Amino acid sequence: MSGIVAYGAYVPLGRLPRRSIQNVTGEPAAPGEKAVAGYDEDSLSMAVEAGWDCLAPLGQVSPGVVYFATTTPPYLEKQGAATLAGALDLPGAVRTADITGSLRCGSNALLAALDAVQGGVETALVAVGDCRLGAPQGAWEQVSGDGAAAFMLGGQNVLAEYLGGVSLAEDILSQWRTANDQFVRTWEERFFISKGYNRLVKKAVSSLLGRHALQPADVHRLVLYGPNPRYQMALARQLGFELDQVQDSLFATAGMAGCAGPLLMLVGALEEARPGQLILLVTFGEGCDALLFRVTEAIERFRPRRGLRGHLASRREINYHTYLKWRQIIPQEPPRRPDPGRPSAPGMWRGGKQKLAFYGSRCQECGTPQFPPQRVCVHCQAVDKMVPYRFLDRPASIVTYTVDYLTFSQDPPAVFAVLDFEGGGRMICELTDCDPQKLSIGMQVEMTFRSYYRADGIVNYYWKARPRRQEVQQNGRQGD
Amino acid sequence: MAGRGIKDRVAIVGMGCTRFGEHWDKSLEDLMVEAAYEAYASAGVEPKDIQAYWFGTCNSGFCGITLSGPLKIQYKPVTRVENFCATGTDAFRNACYAVASGAYDIVLAIGAEKLKDSGYSGLVIPHLLDDGMKPNYSAPAAFSLLAPAYFKKYGLDEKQGKEVLARIAWKNHKNGALNPRAQFRQEVSMEQILKSPVVAAPLGIMDCSGVADGAAAAVIVRAEDAHKYTDKPVYVKALSIACGPGHGSMHQDYDFTTIRETVHAARDAYQQAGITEPRRQISMAEVHDCFTPTELVIYEDLGFSERGQAWRDVLDGVFDLDGQLPVNPDGGLKSFGHPIGASGLRMLFEMFLQLRGEAGPRQIKDPVLGLTHNLGGFPWQSVASVCIVGRELG
Repeated sequence: MSGIVAYGAYVPLGRLPRRSIQNVTGEPAAPGEKAVAGYDEDSLSMAVEAGWDCLAPLGQVSPGVVYFATTTPPYLEKQGAATLAGALDLPGAVRTADITGSLRCGSNALLAALDAVQGGVETALVAVGDCRLGAPQGAWEQVSGDGAAAFMLGGQNVLAEYLGGVSLAEDILSQWRTANDQFVRTWEERFFISKGYNRLVKKAVSSLLGRHALQPADVHRLVLYGPNPRYQMALARQLGFELDQVQDSLFATAGMAGCAGPLLMLVGALEEARPGQLILLVTFGEGCDALLFRVTEAIERFRPRRGLRGHLASRREINYHTYLKWRQIIPQEPPRRPDPGRPSAPGMWRGGKQKLAFYGSRCQECGTPQFPPQRVCVHCQAVDKMVPYRFLDRPASIVTYTVDYLTFSQDPPAVFAVLDFEGGGRMICELTDCDPQKLSIGMQVEMTFRSYYRADGIVNYYWKARPRRQEVQQNGRQGD
Repeated sequence: MAGRGIKDRVAIVGMGCTRFGEHWDKSLEDLMVEAAYEAYASAGVEPKDIQAYWFGTCNSGFCGITLSGPLKIQYKPVTRVENFCATGTDAFRNACYAVASGAYDIVLAIGAEKLKDSGYSGLVIPHLLDDGMKPNYSAPAAFSLLAPAYFKKYGLDEKQGKEVLARIAWKNHKNGALNPRAQFRQEVSMEQILKSPVVAAPLGIMDCSGVADGAAAAVIVRAEDAHKYTDKPVYVKALSIACGPGHGSMHQDYDFTTIRETVHAARDAYQQAGITEPRRQISMAEVHDCFTPTELVIYEDLGFSERGQAWRDVLDGVFDLDGQLPVNPDGGLKSFGHPIGASGLRMLFEMFLQLRGEAGPRQIKDPVLGLTHNLGGFPWQSVASVCIVGRELG
């Protein structure tokens, strides 16, 4: 048996109510809100968050394969999966790849990882993040949201067994974006919905159900990608599904997260699933992937760190202006401070364990944890008695803090705090996702992986702290 | 282990100091020439008499020729010193040691900085290649971390705390208004300070020292030679520098209500000078008031106030010009701005004037010992200097 052994999600804290767009542009707004990645977040940093959401409950793991899927990679040339593996502190002896270029690349990555598992790799990690932009005042701007999902695939402790899938490919132009395009472009919907989406999905789903001798009613959850909920629901009905079988598209709460969208929906389905239920995942983009899973008893034994529900439960409202600023759609007056200089590649490489996986060191003579890693102990001055010590996920609280209106920031004011970690160790770091008015000494914070700053085209990833987001609600599965 | 020190072995016999401020019409070279030639004149010496130079600058130039070119120094040694905000004091310290060692009879220590040409707000430090992990806080943000921690520890609410800080800025501006060499020569009301725009919460712009251009210089000779040059030499009693290990950024036992480097530098200097009761024995001090909470904790770190009592002493006027222990009689960094390499020598210039009775309307009555203090870096890791000078031997 092979399939999903763990899952996780990430939805950024920022939420843009669609009426905030209407207030500025005058365009009629769809109901609900969309999740907006912070100015310091992107598809990769969100994938790291989702990956940690998925892996944290598992303890020490070393997947043989790590795939990062996105249509919005931070670099066109430079692998994101290697950064992902580093940030998740996975061993270097791992096959990494970026899978990109299609709204279907999330399911592409999932299938490739399942292939790897079936080919003998013990476990494989897939993290999918997307941060797509619709042009201002357009329909896609309202529809798109940001988010990420992650899955560990394997052959042991499978909580959703992969029963099989059908993939179709067809070169049909629905949505596209060249390397120079900032915004998604689209063909007239009537064409690609009727000739592409509806036709290909029907073909794949009927073929897959037929192969397993199943009727739509046998499937507990249909996780169906849709360009928007209207097309999703219409197609589900045409396929013979009842509307209550269709997994929430997240349109109202998070928006449609590109290639990560259907996989976030899959996380939503798994969070509520019961042993024995069938889940059908269907994606679309230059073709269609349909994957069938059967939920096992192991579903009861796994909870992500926060999951989709946990992430949706905490939100911070932003307005349209902030959104335009964060996505660099409108230029801002720069601060009257020098731009940050580019970091040194050898420096980043040497400090890789600290920078990506958030390691400090702990003195074996006096036991003091310290960040960043040291050679001479700051407490007892012992030399080279240090062992690596990972600070990630250790509870931390604010010792003192400041709100800096002077320094360079893409979203001023910048907030800095001194953090004390439970068990020892201290760090002075930048805070994000916070309301400067609501800070206090003693406030609990947690670390989050961010795009720290960009200089000379280098995306400099590092950790910041944020006020602790709400924990997973344990009131659990449907029917509990 | 503290050093033995060079108490009473060298003396300052002349000093110069430019006006500090926005010198749009003057270059670094102009400022250095102005300060050096004023110092020569003050000591009654010619450039040819000076045997060696110690030149402090942080950002404005590299190596000795930054000084030797403008002053046309004729093939003599120039040592460039950089120790962040303690640069000027450290240049002075090393110059004193060279004279005390017997290597030279007469030397010049000079500090200079040209900051206003950068075009940016606040202090700009050149970018060093690094691993991209350092938080990019501004200097006011780094020092503002002291305020919430101090308020919380000693039970001040935000409003009380802000008032204590404002009282420090108010005092320094009041003193600076009396000083023709200060950048800002205006008294500022408590209300103006309290309502100034926030720069790094809880600090407003009026809690911060300014950015300025400036230069200051001192002619140093052996103590026994001092009276050949002047009737009123100023003797060096103690020179101390402490560089910290960054303990406060890594260890939880540091609580952001003190700056340990200042405590260590002061302890060392007091031992060198034989001071046991600083609040009583020190007549006046020029301290590093880069930001108001810095000056607040300095009072405690230098032993001028008991722990947790500095804020009361501030409100009681202990450090006012007419208080028990005047601090920053010349107006401090608050009125002068902070051209990094020059500030330490500017502070000594005020001590020089005061000890010689030449400080005009801000003259302190009969001062015997003066202390200067610089602080560079951050509250959790810094370089601190303490220098003590006096008008009498012994």
